[in-house]
Amino acid sequence: MTDGAPRRSVSLAVLTPLMSVIEWPMRRLQRHLGIRRLAWVFLAPNLLLFGLFAFLPVLLNVAYALTGGGNVLLENRPPVGAGNFVQLMDCESYLDPNSCDEDKFWRSVHNTVLFVTLQVGCMIGFALLTALVLNGPIRARGFFRSVFFFPVLLSPVVVALIWKWILQRNGVLNGVLGGAGFETHVWLLDAGWAFFWSVFISVWAHMGFYTLILLAGLQAIPRDVYEAARLDAASPWRTFRRITLPMLMPTMLVVLVLALIKGVQTFDEVYAFTGGGPGSATLLVIQYVYEVGFGGSPRLFGLAAAASVLVAFVLVVLTALQLWATRKNAHG
Amino acid sequence: MAEGGNGVTGWLTRTRGRGRLHWTDWFSYGYLAFGVLLMFGPVVWLLLSSFKTDSELQRFPPRLLPHAQETVTLEGHAKPLPLFEVTAGELAGETVAQVRRIGLSSQVVRLDDPGERIELSLDERTAVEAPALATANYTGLFERFDFLRYLWNSTFITVVATLIMLLVNSMAAFALSKYEFRGRATVLALVIGTLMIPQSVVLVPLFLITRELGLLDTLWGVIIPGAATPTGVFLLRQYMLSIPDEILDAARMDNASEWKIYWRIILPLSAPAIAVLAILAIMWRWNDFLWPLIALSRSENFTLQLALNSFQGEMQTEWSSLLAMTVLTLAPIALVFVFLQKYIATGIASTGGK
Repeated sequence: MTDGAPRRSVSLAVLTPLMSVIEWPMRRLQRHLGIRRLAWVFLAPNLLLFGLFAFLPVLLNVAYALTGGGNVLLENRPPVGAGNFVQLMDCESYLDPNSCDEDKFWRSVHNTVLFVTLQVGCMIGFALLTALVLNGPIRARGFFRSVFFFPVLLSPVVVALIWKWILQRNGVLNGVLGGAGFETHVWLLDAGWAFFWSVFISVWAHMGFYTLILLAGLQAIPRDVYEAARLDAASPWRTFRRITLPMLMPTMLVVLVLALIKGVQTFDEVYAFTGGGPGSATLLVIQYVYEVGFGGSPRLFGLAAAASVLVAFVLVVLTALQLWATRKNAHG
Repeated sequence: MAEGGNGVTGWLTRTRGRGRLHWTDWFSYGYLAFGVLLMFGPVVWLLLSSFKTDSELQRFPPRLLPHAQETVTLEGHAKPLPLFEVTAGELAGETVAQVRRIGLSSQVVRLDDPGERIELSLDERTAVEAPALATANYTGLFERFDFLRYLWNSTFITVVATLIMLLVNSMAAFALSKYEFRGRATVLALVIGTLMIPQSVVLVPLFLITRELGLLDTLWGVIIPGAATPTGVFLLRQYMLSIPDEILDAARMDNASEWKIYWRIILPLSAPAIAVLAILAIMWRWNDFLWPLIALSRSENFTLQLALNSFQGEMQTEWSSLLAMTVLTLAPIALVFVFLQKYIATGIASTGGK
């Protein structure tokens, strides 16, 4: 990595007055506390933010989940015990959302499970294929890598609108299909197609990120292993099966868990794309939380928090898996 | 990023077979070409469409390039007149200019005889068009919508949140990398713990806390809760660990305060990592959607993302403004990408995204 020396001096010129102002009280504190305890002063702002906006919310989330009513202030909320969870979990069969008391929640859970399975599966498949092609003997690798990567930077709303414009009734996709004699559709008003395109745009937008990680993993495989395989006249397929895939496995594991964690939290692009519709065909679980808690009135904060707790539980399991996979990866 | 330092010879011989293209090369380039079309195509299409006039946007099947009707300025007519080609009747094949339209018929004049008005039915003519960029969609944004306000809100949130995040995270990373103190392991564990708590699962309590702080429906209500990220602390700590402690000791000998060491020595030496984090933070904040959606309710506080999303609901058919706005929303990120591509790729690969 390089760094621009002039840029550094410019940012310093902006920072200098601010930092000098802080200098005096910090010097006093240092004399008072000693160097070691000063570490806590450096940590304080960050810990305050973490505490206020990460740890406290976790506790409050549980408190909300155990209370009912439409009031946002906790002291005005009647305790309902496990009532919200019972409402969410009350189902004759978890496989059939219609049999559930809170059928919308289960529909969103079903959608999310299907969405994550398809999205993560397709995304890792295509990311792997792309990484393999990019790792091959090709020209202009840097250019092609950026081509696959750049949608990662687009905002979810922009991604949704770009594709909505392509897929709209008089859009270019219908134009091309109609021109070639195929059937045209009002894509986003058809439940099946809306779901398909939601998965599609999500893969389109995030694939480049995983390609980048897998490509780094591929480039870390020592060249001489391939050299040995070539001397043994191993076929490309065999080389891939016996060398590339096993050696890429640790990276694949990290990528898989990371993709699952992000997949479960999908909200932005699908919400802006279909709004969860038609009906609730593309309603995902975070959107359920948003709609129950903030979308309409009354605001059912308790139910939203209870659903969040369930999602958080899944995420904690996945994150523990991620840390385990990363550690395993780092230690070979 | 290993790019493979390939000169001209490398360029010309980079194939699997001996000089000839192996089928895997065909597959590779075919796949890459398809990738370029699929990844760039939609954005190019958005860009082209944003320069189309309203009537052009409603045209089906759509044309690739934006077109506009040609006009001509004739003697005796103040305004430029739109040109039409006559398809049937006496004048068939001739190009005429329309003076006015009356119901299903129109009054036109010949170009060489602008004085004499001729009746022409609407179905006996087609518009004369040529590729042209219509900028009305863009200018309309500034006239009809509060575009500048959304732009300002987005910019303010992005810049301030990034600065706060860099300051707070680098201070914490400094403490965690350069001090031995009791409880350090605990703090590190806590930082890892926050990895498990994305905003999306604590929306309700975040709403309450932001409300109690009086920040709901203000830009600060978006800035502050997003400022603490474990990713930033990790990234910077990792980099600061590689800075030798001897430098700090030397500075202490010179009676420099710890704060001075932090901002005069550690911060400048961490510039590459800070640059990476800054780019990531700018991207996250600019593209942020879910929390702003909950925290901001008055439209004057909307960010560009929120404005885009709300307009697509309000004006289902008014694609012209929406497309232009989408382009302007993605433009800053596109520019960042073009100029700082290398940093972004490195940063994202080393942090594992957010």
